[in-house]
Amino acid sequence: MTLEKLNEIKKAHEQIVAVRKLVAEEGEKLAKETGYRKQVLVCGGTGCTSSGSKKVLAALDKALKDNGLEDEILVVRTGCFGLCSLGPIMIVYPEGSFYSQATPEGVERIVKEHLKDGNVVKDLLYSETVHADGSILSLSETDFYRKQMRVALRNCGVIDPENIEEYIAEDGYQALAKVLTEMTPDDVINEVLNSGLRGRGGGGFPTGRKWSFAKASQSDVKYVCCNADEGDPGAFMDRSILEGDPQCIIEAMTIAGYAIGANKGFVYVRAEYPIAVQRLQIAIEQAKEYGFLGKNIFGSGFDFDMEIRLGAGAFVCGEETALMTSIEGNRGEPRPRPPFPAVKGLFGKPTVLNNVETYANIAQIILKGSDWFKSIGTPGSPGTKVFALGGKITNVGLVEIPMGTTLREIVEEIGGGIPNGKKFKAAQTGGPSGGCIPAEHIDTPIDYDSLLALGSMMGSGGMIILDEDTCMVDISKFYLEFTVDESCGKCTPCRVGTRRLLQVLDKITSGKGEMEDLDKIYELANHMQSSSLCALGQTAPNPVLSTLNYFKDEYLAHIQDKTCPAGVCKALTKYEIVADKCKGCTLCARNCPVGAISGTVKQPHIIDQDKCIKCGLCLQNCKFNAVITK
Amino acid sequence: MTETSLNAFKGTAEQKQKLDEVISKHKDMPGALLPVLQEAQGIYGYLPIEVQQMVADGLDVSLSEVYGVATFYSQFSLTPKGKHRISVCLGTACYVKGADKILEKLETKLGIKSGECTPDGLFSIDSCRCVGACGLAPVMMIDDEVYGKLTPDMIDGILDKYIKEGDNA
Repeated sequence: MTLEKLNEIKKAHEQIVAVRKLVAEEGEKLAKETGYRKQVLVCGGTGCTSSGSKKVLAALDKALKDNGLEDEILVVRTGCFGLCSLGPIMIVYPEGSFYSQATPEGVERIVKEHLKDGNVVKDLLYSETVHADGSILSLSETDFYRKQMRVALRNCGVIDPENIEEYIAEDGYQALAKVLTEMTPDDVINEVLNSGLRGRGGGGFPTGRKWSFAKASQSDVKYVCCNADEGDPGAFMDRSILEGDPQCIIEAMTIAGYAIGANKGFVYVRAEYPIAVQRLQIAIEQAKEYGFLGKNIFGSGFDFDMEIRLGAGAFVCGEETALMTSIEGNRGEPRPRPPFPAVKGLFGKPTVLNNVETYANIAQIILKGSDWFKSIGTPGSPGTKVFALGGKITNVGLVEIPMGTTLREIVEEIGGGIPNGKKFKAAQTGGPSGGCIPAEHIDTPIDYDSLLALGSMMGSGGMIILDEDTCMVDISKFYLEFTVDESCGKCTPCRVGTRRLLQVLDKITSGKGEMEDLDKIYELANHMQSSSLCALGQTAPNPVLSTLNYFKDEYLAHIQDKTCPAGVCKALTKYEIVADKCKGCTLCARNCPVGAISGTVKQPHIIDQDKCIKCGLCLQNCKFNAVITK
Repeated sequence: MTETSLNAFKGTAEQKQKLDEVISKHKDMPGALLPVLQEAQGIYGYLPIEVQQMVADGLDVSLSEVYGVATFYSQFSLTPKGKHRISVCLGTACYVKGADKILEKLETKLGIKSGECTPDGLFSIDSCRCVGACGLAPVMMIDDEVYGKLTPDMIDGILDKYIKEGDNA
């Protein structure tokens, strides 16, 4: 591969991809030049695949053939667009019409009415994009996308992830070419250092410093690793990047290899992400074929090769030393640091390990410069961050925002608020290692340091929105159950500490809590934080401490009043039938598995509290909202 | 059905040959144990002690090392799974949207607990941590099919499809 050849491929494909970024007349003009009148992009990410995008694609292919359009319309299967709850998603360019929740039947109409006859099928569009006066917004003008800024996700939902030439059309491998032909390893490290890029996997350690340490280590063999073991339940940005833009990871790892003097890379991916693994595999093969991996890349004399290793379902393997132990084929247990991986990492050799999203920023930093990158975000946390927005929020999906965006903007504008008119209670970030940001801090600008100051952490970017129906003691218990399960067992503070902490929470949620239990929580947490071997144990108490800090009244309600204000903790919940609302339909009594409900037809029913096992079936079945929890 | 008959190892010569191929392909690769166990589970469906012994012999490592790795990772199962493997996501996004009620419903309906297999071998239930389809929470997977935006009353209909399929086979 040479720079000339790279630019040739770029030139041949850039128009086709550019159509997906222009709208109205410009796009239409360009579309004519490409030979395809229209392009249909269908999301092939995990979210949309789960909601049936394969069937939609098949129906699309068939309908295009039936209408004789297959030569005029280009169909592209892309990665994630971000609005996962609206899947399967389908976009038609050059108009930029955004069809949501597409079905095979709907596709037939879209092909006939829109692609053939030129009339946008308005009733199938995402409702947010259709104005009351009938005019149509482009995707980038919707509330969900307007506040976003896509750097790491720039190609997701734009290019075909299985076609390296589309990546090249979007400046792909230009950064690698620049690095290998114009820059020294020190130049590369200085550029990354100067950009202020911090690790997107959780801790936020400056990436450039990591690279400079590994470069300084003397060794014949060094390694570059990519952490794609996205274990935080509720985070899926790394998966989406691998599914939507796998080449950018290969390019960035090769750049890292050149910078530190490594010739071999490993990507450690969760086995639970079959689509991501498959796309990455295809991407590696294509990169080899085009000469971006292998010997003497761009004639520079630099060699680099990489392979994929699959995780096997252990959360602790997201910890850097455990991940390397796992690649080595062992139980994925962490080891004490120092020595740090930059000195003694994989197979005992100096190793750089970065997270997927961190790598996704590298090529852009090299191409646009570190000053450009620093102009985004906050001084302490430059750049953007991708969040997986989930839980009780209208627009569930993937959002990328400049650091410093407030939580309110994320929840109310991008996220579209809380569904069913419920009240925002808190946002949980950082998963089992993090904490929550309560409603009173909703105007906090989000960056690494502000989250730490609030007792949470960035983590990998999972953001779960909780509403008034969430019990904060129960949610802490949920995270503790997770860490109990996932503690590797190597060190005592974590193995025993998580279990004891969970026991205390169990006691509280079952109505047997005492005030001393709160002191016990603090004491245990203190020991775990100071003496656990790795971050899993050190941060495991965070969800409890954070909820105890902001929602102490809920803990007190469980302990002193023996009630669960959110009506979640079963032992503390009492089901009752409101006599005024009960129509005596007998549905609850017929569904009660223990015969605890009595009453005659058309007369209010009563729940026998001694017999009730609090399964909640009566509440689920009542059509008159007569069953309430107390 | 007694535990011994359920767990009795019935490997075929064809499976053994496949495993041998996997072992010889990975033998000289550093860190081979994990990928070999992953492929072995793909071949046999689970990792009984007999398979672990074959892997240990093939890679020239001790059985205790193989057992140590096989029991460390949640992906590996030492007992057979159902013909249809149900996996309920208990990740955070699913949990706050009521995944525990989905699991409860499955457990009552099939009469087994998470981690167990029905006596007829048709279904097994497991919980997992996040399949990354948080936009569709709560979700479960049956084999490779993802079912999203679930409510407990959808479970009967979904399972019936698999039960009927079994009747016709």
